[in-house]
Amino acid sequence: MSSAEAASAVESVFEVQRIRRDFPILTRSIRDQNLVYLDNAATTQKPQRVLDALSSYYATGNANIHRGVYLLSEEATAAYDLARGKVQGLLNARAAHEIIFTRNSTESINLVAQSYGRQNLGPGDEILITHMEHHSNIVPWQLLCEQVGARLCVAPIDDDGTLQLDEFQRLISPRTRLVAVVHLSNSLGTINPVQDIVRMAHARGVPVLIDGSQSVYHMPVDVQALDCDFYVFTGHKLYGPTGIGVLYGRESLLEQMPPYQGGGDMIRSVTFDKTTYAELPHKFEAGTPHIAGAIGLGAAVDYLLSVGFEGIGRHEADLLAYGTNALSEVKGLRLIGTSPNKASILSFVMDGAHPHDIGTIVDADGIAIRTGHHCTQPVMDRFGVPATARASIAMYNTHEEIDALVKALEHVRETFAV
Amino acid sequence: MSELRDLYQEVILDHNKHPHNFGELNGADRHADGFNPLCGDKLVVYVNLDGDTITDVRFEGSGCAISQASASLMTDSVKGKTLAEVRELFDRFLNLVTDEDAEDDDRALGKLAVFAGVRDYPARVKCASLAWHTLRAAVEDRHDVVTTE
Repeated sequence: MSSAEAASAVESVFEVQRIRRDFPILTRSIRDQNLVYLDNAATTQKPQRVLDALSSYYATGNANIHRGVYLLSEEATAAYDLARGKVQGLLNARAAHEIIFTRNSTESINLVAQSYGRQNLGPGDEILITHMEHHSNIVPWQLLCEQVGARLCVAPIDDDGTLQLDEFQRLISPRTRLVAVVHLSNSLGTINPVQDIVRMAHARGVPVLIDGSQSVYHMPVDVQALDCDFYVFTGHKLYGPTGIGVLYGRESLLEQMPPYQGGGDMIRSVTFDKTTYAELPHKFEAGTPHIAGAIGLGAAVDYLLSVGFEGIGRHEADLLAYGTNALSEVKGLRLIGTSPNKASILSFVMDGAHPHDIGTIVDADGIAIRTGHHCTQPVMDRFGVPATARASIAMYNTHEEIDALVKALEHVRETFAV
Repeated sequence: MSELRDLYQEVILDHNKHPHNFGELNGADRHADGFNPLCGDKLVVYVNLDGDTITDVRFEGSGCAISQASASLMTDSVKGKTLAEVRELFDRFLNLVTDEDAEDDDRALGKLAVFAGVRDYPARVKCASLAWHTLRAAVEDRHDVVTTE
């Protein structure tokens, strides 16, 4: 029995082939070969259930929400609210109104920076992040720092991509007003000890924002157990549509925060003298939202939970271990990000072959991986590489697809005679 | 795979491994920095001018095979040419790597014709053209970093 066959025995429990049938795109061919989609950290593919939710909303349920007294509008409003409830369930938030719909993680973080940040930070105050943040958890804070005269502090990481927790704790100073950390690094795969981070920050009275863009579709997240103050994620990485994201915020904080954007739907009353704002969550959802996107995200949450995190976690951990071993045996290949606590990400460089060339060559075999800096230029600088090639795993990937990648990497070695 | 072989031709792989005119040009009249933020390609192009003619040109930096080979072959092909000739060559080169109907055997391009395969890979056009954009910035004496975005 080959190792791939042995691994398939594990897969049969999880029934990965049955899951693959839920994703229509996975039957597509690319350059006359089966698509091998390993760019899941950029965006995941969509199950039929999500596609159906989107098309059925537009085909039979389309109306604007919170406005009409007619049945169709009431139905649309109910479907939108139902989706919020599903996200509340996914994150185990205390209340549905702690879930704010945004466009994506980036907008969620900008909302916190511009609303909470401008209200609560001043000259000399500090925001603490880590060296492994995505640009979306760096730049909004840099903008805020410029606006209010605050300072951005960065906790270092080890050579294997693990956060230096002692240093992190040391950097929480009397001036620290906010901690913002990624849960699962998109370029290294490192899982940060967010529970410890929240405990350390709260011991100094500092609220914590967690960027869950990469974590929410791999592992269960419980914002009450974590006790975090903000948790953000984006729908399109969780098998949902693009253009819909989530900000979870602790009610007491959201209540105090001023609106992020002004417009329709976020007001209670408007006169030219004075406008009062709507209750949560509407205060933060100005204008007609992405109704179909929210409904699609709700369907994605249903799908994810129906498959179950236990099976997903086991299958993906198995694939990661298999992929780590297989890639380590490719001559001249070096994995970037080898933290003992990691998930789903295989970032690597190869002697003599630039990541961009690796990406083009494996694409000829129908394999989609990401190459570049993955919106984490400071991580690239930390590891002294201009870019990496990155294969990232989702629930529908198989051991055979990892084998296909390894075979394609041999073509890279042949091309560049490494 | 045949398209891939068209992209990674031997000439390109050779120039990637052993780039010509690589390294700083000490005391260069002009130089400019180029950066491709998408993939992290970084180049510096150095130029010496005698009036309107490029008398020497060198480059240094790091990047993918396409960007390195393009810079190498560019330096070979622009040395001794006037700025007007280089501008025309750049136009022909851009046309070669972007236009599906471009002639593969454009004699004026000489060895640069090996980049014809790039047109099947739109994402790689920026890699092939970075050195040229950077050269243009250098001869125009611009000091902002040229980016392909």
